[in-house]
Amino acid sequence: MMSKIKKLFSSNIREISLVIVMIVLALFVQFRSGGNFLTPENISDMFAETAVLGICAVGMMFVIITGGIDLSIGAIMAFGAMVGCTVLKNNPGIPTIIVVAIAMAVGLVSGLVNGVLVSKLKILPIIATLGTMNIYRGITYLVAQGSWIKQQEMGKTFLSLATGKFLGINNLIVIAIIVYILAAFFMTKTRTGRKIYAVGNSEESARVSGIKTDNTLMLVYTLLGVIAGLAGTLYVCKYGVAQGETCTGYEMNVIAACVLGGVSITGGTGRVPGVLLGAILLGMLNNAMPLIHISSFWQDAIRGLIILLSIIANTLIQRNVEIKALRRRNI
Amino acid sequence: MAKEIVRQTVSEDGTRTIAASREFSLKRFFLQWEWMLVLMLIAVNIFNLSASPNYANARNILNATRDFLDKAVVVFPMAFVLMLGEIDISVASIMALSATIMGVVYRAGYPMAVAMSAALITGTICGMINGLILVKFRQLSSMIVTLSTQIIYRGIALIILETNSVGGFPKWFGSIAAGKVGLVPYGLIFIVFEALFFAYLLHYTKFGRRCYAMGNSVTAAQYSGVRTDRIKVIVYTMAGLFSAVAAIYLASKMSSVRPDIAKGYELDIIAMAVLGGVSTSGGKGRILGASLAILVIGYLRYGLGLMNASSQIIMIVVGALLILTVAIPGLKESVGNTNWFRKLTRH
Repeated sequence: MMSKIKKLFSSNIREISLVIVMIVLALFVQFRSGGNFLTPENISDMFAETAVLGICAVGMMFVIITGGIDLSIGAIMAFGAMVGCTVLKNNPGIPTIIVVAIAMAVGLVSGLVNGVLVSKLKILPIIATLGTMNIYRGITYLVAQGSWIKQQEMGKTFLSLATGKFLGINNLIVIAIIVYILAAFFMTKTRTGRKIYAVGNSEESARVSGIKTDNTLMLVYTLLGVIAGLAGTLYVCKYGVAQGETCTGYEMNVIAACVLGGVSITGGTGRVPGVLLGAILLGMLNNAMPLIHISSFWQDAIRGLIILLSIIANTLIQRNVEIKALRRRNI
Repeated sequence: MAKEIVRQTVSEDGTRTIAASREFSLKRFFLQWEWMLVLMLIAVNIFNLSASPNYANARNILNATRDFLDKAVVVFPMAFVLMLGEIDISVASIMALSATIMGVVYRAGYPMAVAMSAALITGTICGMINGLILVKFRQLSSMIVTLSTQIIYRGIALIILETNSVGGFPKWFGSIAAGKVGLVPYGLIFIVFEALFFAYLLHYTKFGRRCYAMGNSVTAAQYSGVRTDRIKVIVYTMAGLFSAVAAIYLASKMSSVRPDIAKGYELDIIAMAVLGGVSTSGGKGRILGASLAILVIGYLRYGLGLMNASSQIIMIVVGALLILTVAIPGLKESVGNTNWFRKLTRH
């Protein structure tokens, strides 16, 4: 029994350490803010704010697990959302689901282009997506033609996507939960999900063992595109404005959430629950700092420092666990 | 370096000699990446000429370099970082932080020279911190470390200056970016010397060869006695130092400093290095290529500006150019392996 618990503990060390950090942080903020942090309204707010980031982080996780990276996610979000909202503006009153579908379709095509560049043309992911980031962002500006699409032009039905509730929970949170359940099922229970891990561990051996690595790579980038299209729509819906520079630099937030959640940039490791925790931790930081009256000028530096410290702490813990495991081994 | 063809010759008594240096071949000489860049540069210039007949005078062409010199300063040390198979996305934030420190020191009443040294020291320290973290915690990838230091450095700049800016620098400081010898801007002269220095460092010193070795395999380099940790720290420190130099140039050009300067520069800088043939997976690249790539991207932007192309179009063109150029080797491979292409080329 004891050894089972020990094993459970050591195999989930990353997630457990994240949870501990989160609990400590939550208690600290709760204490400092005079009890304003752990209230139902604030927690609901916080999760609604984090939902978009969390959804993106799932898509990014697929890509990073294969050993790649996608810098164009922010641009795809803006691109999809911009096209969707332009259609909405010109045809007021079309159902929200169509707007979302258009954005996801744009994301699908953009992601597929990334996938082809990476898998078929063998361009390094960071370079390929750096290029497409510029291209998609440029096209987004062209679609926007320098103007903003404001709340009034979006219409109430569309905006209710972000404000409405389902079973008393904000729609954004519901969507995020659905995405996470699907992703967890996909990564652990389906053959394709396991193939993604295999490609990430070693593309060569995956190919030798009969996996069509090109297709797997194309799949993950396309999935990320679709997810980014969805997330982009939710983002503009939440903030009530779509413009050319929506989500500029968002890719770094998403990558940070993945890394905090224990997804290794070298590929092969990363789990859905970890990414969820990483996204929530970032969301907590964003939510908590104004509550305890940290000046907005300090927030960036503190956020960066916490990311850095937590990944360093994580490697130290990991190193310790590995050394202990080595010592325990009988030679 | 690409695959080198080693020539083995077996002499009559059975001893084998392996040709020490590659035999000169005209085909291989012209198949170098740098020729591609030269062609691109010519194409860009023809394009610019057709855009504006006034383009072709020396003053214009030399002045145009000012637009991209601030990025160019960091491309060479970035090439070294990429050569090691690492990446540094914090350079733009280091630029912002060193410029901020320079502004604050100057505002506090110290002479400009002291302020400039403060900027250089700041950049050096920032770069060294990146390098030291990477060396101390080897499991961390450089992408992640510099991603978080990117946020931290710019965050510190924000803490120091908030939304203010510092200006009112002495007149001679402005001439760093504006001054010229004859027709040649000071900045361009500096870049030429910098390129020569880095070319010497990379191609003619032990340090440079060790960088290549580390880029090909860190483990192999370590086992053959290369002090890999030290080299990594030095390379990152260099990137920091030259980011500070770029910051001084940028501050001189804009005649003020703000914490949000140079936002997004890191990606442009990496794009220039990659277009120049420096591989982000390490071990590949030359300074000549990087220099040519700076000119190609720089003049392309300038020319598109001449045509009154909007900045959106410029973004799209630069992005497409980046992808197209790096796609060519992959295209050759994937098309070259198809059946129809083999049949076509067999005869």
